[in-house]
Amino acid sequence: MIVTSGLTLFSIGLGAAAILGVASKLLYVKEDPRIGLIEDSLPGANCGGCGYPGCSGAAAAIVAGKAPASVCIVSDAETAAVVAGIMGQEVIEREPELAVRDCSGGTRAEDAFHYEGALDCRAAHLLYGGSKTCPEGCLGLGSCVRACPFNAIHMGPAGLPVIDPDECKACGNCVDACPRGVITVSGMSARLLHLNQTTDCLAPCRQKCPAQINIPKYIEQIKAGDYDGAVMTIKERNPLLVTCGRVCPRPCETECRRQYVDETVGINMLKRFVADRELRSGTHLPVACAKDTGKKVAVVGGGPAGLSCAYFLRRLGHSPTIFDAMPALGGQTRYGIPEYRLPKADLDWEIQGILDLGIDARLNTSFGKDFTLETLKADGFETIFLGIGAWQASGMYAEGEDLDGVMGGIEFLTAHALGQKPETGDKVIVVGGGNTAIDAARTCVRLGAEVTLMYRRTRNEMPADMEEIVGAEDEGVKFKFLAAPARVIGDENGRATHLEYYEMELGEPDDSGRRRPVKKEGSEARMEASLIIPAIGQKPDLGCLYDDGEGECPLETTRWQTIVADPDTFQTAIPGVFTAGDVYTGPDLVISAIGDGRKAARSMHYFMTQDHVPVPETTQKGMIPYTLFKEIGQVERKKRAVLPHLCHGDERNCTFNEVEGSLSEAEARAEADRCLRCGLVCYDRDADAPTDRIENANT
Amino acid sequence: MQEYFLLFIGAMFVNNIVLAQYLGNCPFIGTSKETSVAVGMGGAVVFVAVMATAITWLVQRHVLVPFGLGYLQTLAFILVIASLVQFVEMFLKKMVPPLYKSLGIFLPLITTNCAVMGIALICQREEFGLFESTMFAFASGLGFMLALVLLAGVRERLAVRRLPMAMRGTPIGLIMAGLMSLAFFAFKGMI
Ligand code: SF4
Ligand code: SF4
Repeated sequence: MIVTSGLTLFSIGLGAAAILGVASKLLYVKEDPRIGLIEDSLPGANCGGCGYPGCSGAAAAIVAGKAPASVCIVSDAETAAVVAGIMGQEVIEREPELAVRDCSGGTRAEDAFHYEGALDCRAAHLLYGGSKTCPEGCLGLGSCVRACPFNAIHMGPAGLPVIDPDECKACGNCVDACPRGVITVSGMSARLLHLNQTTDCLAPCRQKCPAQINIPKYIEQIKAGDYDGAVMTIKERNPLLVTCGRVCPRPCETECRRQYVDETVGINMLKRFVADRELRSGTHLPVACAKDTGKKVAVVGGGPAGLSCAYFLRRLGHSPTIFDAMPALGGQTRYGIPEYRLPKADLDWEIQGILDLGIDARLNTSFGKDFTLETLKADGFETIFLGIGAWQASGMYAEGEDLDGVMGGIEFLTAHALGQKPETGDKVIVVGGGNTAIDAARTCVRLGAEVTLMYRRTRNEMPADMEEIVGAEDEGVKFKFLAAPARVIGDENGRATHLEYYEMELGEPDDSGRRRPVKKEGSEARMEASLIIPAIGQKPDLGCLYDDGEGECPLETTRWQTIVADPDTFQTAIPGVFTAGDVYTGPDLVISAIGDGRKAARSMHYFMTQDHVPVPETTQKGMIPYTLFKEIGQVERKKRAVLPHLCHGDERNCTFNEVEGSLSEAEARAEADRCLRCGLVCYDRDADAPTDRIENANT
Repeated sequence: MQEYFLLFIGAMFVNNIVLAQYLGNCPFIGTSKETSVAVGMGGAVVFVAVMATAITWLVQRHVLVPFGLGYLQTLAFILVIASLVQFVEMFLKKMVPPLYKSLGIFLPLITTNCAVMGIALICQREEFGLFESTMFAFASGLGFMLALVLLAGVRERLAVRRLPMAMRGTPIGLIMAGLMSLAFFAFKGMI
């Protein structure tokens, strides 16, 4: 019986083995032996973080050429080198990435309803989008914490996930687990390429900043004493912080929530404080750049737009060359902004920091004369950025304005900056109400002239910054409001001697909402002038785009002489040619040029590395309406800091020394402490402040 | 016809292979953490159970019974099922690679799955014909899949609740399986 049983089982086994043997011959699937080898080298965690089903899936993908040797997120560089060795490849280094949490709400984001369901963010989110009033904020139930296979996240005391940078492997499991997009995994390049999304946690100031600087973050870093960190946060969006800290008209402050409690936070003073700290230290903080891509890009124009574009392209690993017609870089920050507002030495230092990243600059080379779009292409530049600014002064449309002794505002400031000592005489009339007019007027005061600034509306309607207007008043500039030039009267030598003007009165509001000035008939009067400076407006000088300044312009242009480009990608009608700054927008803020320069650099990067420029649908363009509530409760009033004046009296009126100084450390810390650290609808309240003004933040 | 229908319903609900017979418990607890995994495992069991039952039926009727070796049933069936699974794996890898990939680790797991063995043995005990056997195997496989998917659904929800530490994972899984088994007793009244 034993023998029979044994034999039977043996023969069934033998039969099965024979069938399997034959089958294995017939059904043999040839497998690359490298798959097994690679699989053995991988750590075998089978976590799926690489995006493939386990380590064998990853090994197969590497062999199939679908994944790089460094695909495994758990293993170290050594393993990647071994795998690359098996594949006979070089190791392509991955840029280090980390999970980051942008939301700052946590427990201070108010409850929309009381939630008692499953303690999971995804489950809570299914019920009316979760219990927090903020539509993008953290729900705080910790799905990300549970999803992290590496124990790299825990819930912090403020009810927000805290990521441990030493443990995070950037696998992205937390990102998948979060129903509200609070966490993202990103590296330096991704952060530089990121455009603000309506799904980001954007404080009102951050929504308004044309350069998209993470304002609450750098203010918080200042509050914590991490000044270098604050500089780096700003440099992630703006390489010209010394300049902006001095001349930015602060659009962000117009939206600062604090203004509904007392006064806006001195955001720009804080930027200047950290920028000046770096400046005074004399060494630039190291700025990281991605690995060289070997792609050459041409940046035409070394103004704020061009410098910003070149800086971001360099940081993304490309090799930009800046071409500029002037003897030094900086564009209108150098030639249009007087020394007393922005010392040239400080500007030089800042620009040098940008060039030191590995950017070439070719000065005194004019676009259209020394090189053209074609020659640039022929020289191997893969993309071209046009940031040639707006250097042509608009006329007054008054008879006699081409006489000697009439000089456009920007021409005057440029000539002065170039040291050409333009003749002012002793009576100067500046026509206009913007910052260029004020700059020209204050410069003439310093050159010893008696200056009258003529503006056709009233002081309240002047577009210049209030500080600038007050500064001009303090320095003795006389103002003649409600007056418009009629004609320039000259002597027999063809030199202007007087300006004839009309008195004006304000009529009905026009499209801009300002009341339109109307001429008072028969009100003509004359004013003596040795120099008349019309500073009414500027437009780009597009002559350089034409062959010999004439003929067909290769690019589409508008009637304001600006270049037409896609408003999202900044690409012009010629593929590979991008633009931004004043030549695209018309005269605008330095910070807008910087912001758009980065956006253009982003588009150029995508243009060179993939076939289209992605623009997400949720890209933030205007202000997000529900974040603009005005009832700010439970916040103590605190005084806003005041910038110290560095020079007074005669010294101020006769020299070009800088007028305003920087905050002291204690003042900066106190000012940073005034920031409410806003999110979309949340902000920091003072625990012991009265509660009577609290309103539902979402109304 | 009615007979087959009753056989089908009976195998799937009343005598559910896991919840009533309590076979295949380890893959039942082990692969019921996520619904998607449960569906994959359930599908694999249905497939192998049907194939295994048909082949073991043939082995029993044409080898073991004629030679009076009925007592070797268990051993012979183990051998047959293990070889069959190996064969199916090779076959799928060559001929239907997408299905092979999606079944992944579950296919070899079934080799040691007592539910498959149980189904084959029950068919012999009940003396079903070849057609009845395969139908029974199919229905039992579906029953296994049903129980697996239901438990996975429950456990996915449990995973996000706050549970006492000692209860998390397998313990609460076993309790839930017990409760489901009680609930399935209600089907006893159907036939
Ligand atoms: S789950 Fe998030 S925090 Fe954890 S390792 Fe992955 S990316 Fe980092
Ligand atoms: S209080 Fe701070 S975070 Fe809020 S808007 Fe003002 S500067 Fe931005």
